[in-house]
Amino acid sequence: MPRTRKHVRHRGLTARDLALIAVFAALIAAMSVTVAIPLPFSPVPITLQTMGIMLAPSLLGWKRGTLAVAAFVALGLAGLPLFAGGRGGFGVLAGPSAGFIVSWVFAALVIGLLTDLMLRNGRYVFWQGLLINVLGGIVVIYAIGVPWMGVVLGDGVLAAGTAMTVFLPGDLVKAVVTALIAATVFRAYPIPPAGRPVTDHVDTVSAATDTEPGKNA
Amino acid sequence: MSVLGLYVPGTGPLHRIPAGPKLLALLVLGVALIAVADLWVALTVLVVALVLYPVTGLGARRALAVLRVLWPFLLAIGVFQALFVGAWTEGVRLCAQLAALVLLANAITLSTRVAEMLALFERLARPLRRVGADPDRVALVLALTIRSIPMVAAAWTAARDGYRARGLRNRPHLLVVPVIVHLLRMAEATGEALVARGIDEDSESAHR
Amino acid sequence: MLRLEGVSHSYDDRAVLRGVTLDLAERRIGVIGANGSGKSTLARTLNGLVLPDEGRVSLGEWDTRRHARHIRRRVGFVFSDAANQIIMPTVVEDVEIGLRSLRLGRAETERRVNEILTRHGLADHRDHPGHLLSGGQKQLLALASVLVTEPEVLVCDEPTTLLDLRNTRMVHRTLDGLDQQVVLFTHDLDLLADFDRVLVMHEGRVAFDGAPTDAIGFYTKLLDEDTDPGGRAS
Repeated sequence: MPRTRKHVRHRGLTARDLALIAVFAALIAAMSVTVAIPLPFSPVPITLQTMGIMLAPSLLGWKRGTLAVAAFVALGLAGLPLFAGGRGGFGVLAGPSAGFIVSWVFAALVIGLLTDLMLRNGRYVFWQGLLINVLGGIVVIYAIGVPWMGVVLGDGVLAAGTAMTVFLPGDLVKAVVTALIAATVFRAYPIPPAGRPVTDHVDTVSAATDTEPGKNA
Repeated sequence: MSVLGLYVPGTGPLHRIPAGPKLLALLVLGVALIAVADLWVALTVLVVALVLYPVTGLGARRALAVLRVLWPFLLAIGVFQALFVGAWTEGVRLCAQLAALVLLANAITLSTRVAEMLALFERLARPLRRVGADPDRVALVLALTIRSIPMVAAAWTAARDGYRARGLRNRPHLLVVPVIVHLLRMAEATGEALVARGIDEDSESAHR
Repeated sequence: MLRLEGVSHSYDDRAVLRGVTLDLAERRIGVIGANGSGKSTLARTLNGLVLPDEGRVSLGEWDTRRHARHIRRRVGFVFSDAANQIIMPTVVEDVEIGLRSLRLGRAETERRVNEILTRHGLADHRDHPGHLLSGGQKQLLALASVLVTEPEVLVCDEPTTLLDLRNTRMVHRTLDGLDQQVVLFTHDLDLLADFDRVLVMHEGRVAFDGAPTDAIGFYTKLLDEDTDPGGRAS
């Protein structure tokens, strides 16, 4: 399409991108900590955590979104009580729900890539966004988290999967709300693309001899 | 959000070992425990892990707190192994392994400052320089995130008050959208400050 | 000396600076003007945060377009919202990080940090999280974090807008005591009484340039004439 070809290419990450990554990592943290609905028989309460995981890549795109989720996970593992229920540290990684934590990075990547694709072809469409959130924020997360839990608990994927259905309705609601938020934000505030614009001249040169790696955080 | 996180200040033996060796030891032990797959080894390690808490000054109460979070999973393992597999010793072994590893990993978290752990992450990120990542920028983003958490929480509280004051209900996205827009502005200003203070030069400054 | 030669800039189609030419030599320079007068953009051209569409901004032999890094090291910048300018979790870390790129060594870094924290009354808050400071203390921390790098010029973009009267006076006193050249962009006309020179910005141009009392007189008259309050935030 001529429209996409006319797009200015962006490369690397600017200082503003670093700030966006940090602020959205902080948003995920705030969402994990502030709202918690305890569940009977479950040590992990329902929180807005996964909504944060879906929001960051929906708004920031794959690169900044995935890095925001990675920053959030890194700080949780480093010992800040950021995961649902005020947990944190490497104990979480040794425990049965480690797979979910690992899956968030991939969920962000999938949501970010697909949302970028949707935006390149036009604007944020609610139902497409919803589908993307369900695919990345539910299918990917459960596909990694549930089998992992099954292996750790040694009782097969089925039992773990059944237990996890408690969270499913909440996650569906979060996917809907995330798509609503994203659709509204994109109308309210233009979020600049990641990286610095590369001028046409530099672009053609670097396309031929792309030896210098883009600078990433 | 306290910068201390889950860290428990202390001077016990576990506090004195640097983060790197502690994590490496945990990794080796975890792999060995699962590879050996022996009931008595697993139970021994669990006992050691439990004793570690009072001995290193972390306190037995914190060990019990870990177990309290873990008990539904331990119960699930036990019930499943006993009823469906008919191997209760296997169930006990799996429970002991899981509890021991989570307890030990948690002991590392409790005895290591967040700053020290982040410094370790920064060192581990150094080889990423080859694929174009800059460890200084990794460290900067992590520090920026810690500083942003209270700011986000404050923005969140302010928006919730506004949402209630205007009598809005059951439309959660109208609560979140103003927060997000506020955060986007905040990030914009922070990015500008990073450039102005010469902390992160790598920016296209004319582009606003 | 900071020098602007024919500086013009616009955002999209909206011209915010129209051919500004200035030599900024005096020790204390104030810039006043309504919202949307181009004040904030002018401030940002002085250290290369905004590179103008046309014209040149230079400090001695350096030029913001080609030597942004050198200029930023010499021209410190303080924003109105200190919270966004404080970057690190604790007070001492925030002051330190600006020095990191200067590679001064541990002892010299520590000496400078301690000195600046003591001078600005922040020594007791050394290890406190920056966000727990009061509004005035936050602005002092923002100032300290910039001053620790010992810039030649300090550009302040409405540093007292978010502060109460007591904190405004505290920041005023601090600016007053600085050895550096200060270019202060402000709505707070009281701060400018003993300044060497005050500029009035109006519709992207320097409409008046002179002594503080004359400039303030000109500005208030300008506001009285301007019955249409159509100023928009820049």
